Amino acid sequence: MSGTEKMTERTEDVLRIENLQIALRSEHGDDPAIEALNLSIGRGEVVGLVGESGCGKSLTALAVAGLLRDPMHVTGGRILLGGEDIAHLPNRSMRSLRGNRIAMIFQEPMTALNPLMTIGDQIGEMFVLHRGMSAGAARKAAIAALDQVQVPSAARRIREYPHQLSGGMRQRVMIAIALACDPELLIADEPTTALDVTIQAEILDLILDLCRERHTAVLMISHDLGLVARICRRVAVMYAGHLIEEQAAGQIFATPQHPYTRGLVGALPRLGRRLVEGQQPLTEIPGVVPAIGDFGTGCRFAPRCPSAMARCREAVPRTTQLPQGGRIRCFLHD
Amino acid sequence: MLRQLRRPNLAVGGGIVVLLIIIAVFAPLIAPHDPIHDANLMYAGEPPSTAFWLGTDDQGRDIFSRIVYGARIALTVGLLVEMMNAAIGIALGLSAGYFGGWWDEFVQGLTNVMLAVPTIVFALALMAVMGPGIPSLLVALGLTDWAYSCRISRAQVLSMKSSPFIQAARTMGYGPGHIMLRELLPNIAGPLIVVATMGVGSAIMAEASLSFLGLGVVPPAPSWGSMLAGAREQLIVAPWIAVFPGLAIFVTVLGFNLLGDGLRDLLDPQGRSRR
Repeated sequence: MSGTEKMTERTEDVLRIENLQIALRSEHGDDPAIEALNLSIGRGEVVGLVGESGCGKSLTALAVAGLLRDPMHVTGGRILLGGEDIAHLPNRSMRSLRGNRIAMIFQEPMTALNPLMTIGDQIGEMFVLHRGMSAGAARKAAIAALDQVQVPSAARRIREYPHQLSGGMRQRVMIAIALACDPELLIADEPTTALDVTIQAEILDLILDLCRERHTAVLMISHDLGLVARICRRVAVMYAGHLIEEQAAGQIFATPQHPYTRGLVGALPRLGRRLVEGQQPLTEIPGVVPAIGDFGTGCRFAPRCPSAMARCREAVPRTTQLPQGGRIRCFLHD
Repeated sequence: MLRQLRRPNLAVGGGIVVLLIIIAVFAPLIAPHDPIHDANLMYAGEPPSTAFWLGTDDQGRDIFSRIVYGARIALTVGLLVEMMNAAIGIALGLSAGYFGGWWDEFVQGLTNVMLAVPTIVFALALMAVMGPGIPSLLVALGLTDWAYSCRISRAQVLSMKSSPFIQAARTMGYGPGHIMLRELLPNIAGPLIVVATMGVGSAIMAEASLSFLGLGVVPPAPSWGSMLAGAREQLIVAPWIAVFPGLAIFVTVLGFNLLGDGLRDLLDPQGRSRR
């Protein structure tokens, strides 16, 4: 990659989330679920968003796609797609973005396709909907798209139904649908979790290769820190609706700064560790993520934090820059 | 597909319905006499014989011929009425299940009202306003018996709405119209076909009832219900005038119900995976 290309990639943010607030509407008002979230992704950049279940990763993704459903709703902040705020777009305009400029891939390839439509029709309809193609042209485009995700004998496969395909093949079809209209942003919500380990690597490589070719920005949502560290340039860690740390992928793995990130990295099993350190149980983070409306006044991680101080329970730390680059939300670095 | 005929319900029900359709279509070739104009008081009230297979009525008309032509009325009314009911019920149920909110509340309220008052009472009221005849029969029955299709399509949509492929369709930018008609409807069609098939049976039953009461098909048109009505006075002396139209109604309704039952076994997703 040349130096100039790197420059343009840094300055051109495909997605910029600014101070995003999402709340759960309840009878006694709004319970904040996600607070002051800032995150940006440049053109062609792969950014990881990690955290355990219930910390707001998928909620963030849904908000970006404009798919939050009542009682969840955006209460503040901006979501900029190519500089345009899409956080409060009317439904109709949001629909023309989805699948066209923002695409998503999900966890369950087994059930994410309509069982009663041929895969050719399902891919082709994207071209009809977003590109206004005729049925015949869409069919040709569907074959090409299927070819690109390396499904063998695509021309024959487009007549098959989802149940005739394996899980890996179905995920390839989902990728073909997602990338059909050359989106600027691809949100991949644990795209390989439901697949065999051997297929996982193939699918990931496929997603990354295709996105690299097209300079598609990727938001990779996962709870697999190892995977994210391997394929992403930057990694953001979320905990209970706060973005608590963001660093370059290599650094976050080697020198995690936030106690929560340290816990996550420490909890990863590593091959050969027992030979060096002897037989020891994996470290774990005690406790569970607090529920929405149950966050308390201080740092949301304080109740589970091994290095919690008195002030951690009184106020939420602000986000500060790390000297080595990146951001952190912790009093240890304030 | 052919071995599905081994299911007795499907085979018997399907057989009856196919036979009925053939009889209705080829009525002029099958019926030995004209159902209306071959009245001849010389032969009034004849019992079944080789000349009049099922006997004659009080005006000397051939009952067999009238039943054969009656199949046309029964099937036309039954199918058209059920199409109207299915269209209304599915449109309301699908949209109520998909959108939820006040629209769902409203549709559910309307459905409950329709279910609380027997269909025939509603239809009677409408017929009383519009007067007898086939067009008003179609309107009266077609607008009043959609509650089951509505209930079932709503329930099916609710259980399918959150499935990943519907969510996926949303992320691809499809609007509610596309999602309801192209994604949801085909996937819930199985149970709806079953309800509609049985609905044809009950529509035929309702037509016969209204005609029996003199509010449906006007005599001398050969409706099975009005034939029954005309036979009341001679029930003791000439039972065949009442028995055979009654049998026709019974077999027809049974046929549609068996067919619906058989289709349920066939279209049930669990049954399908067992195959």
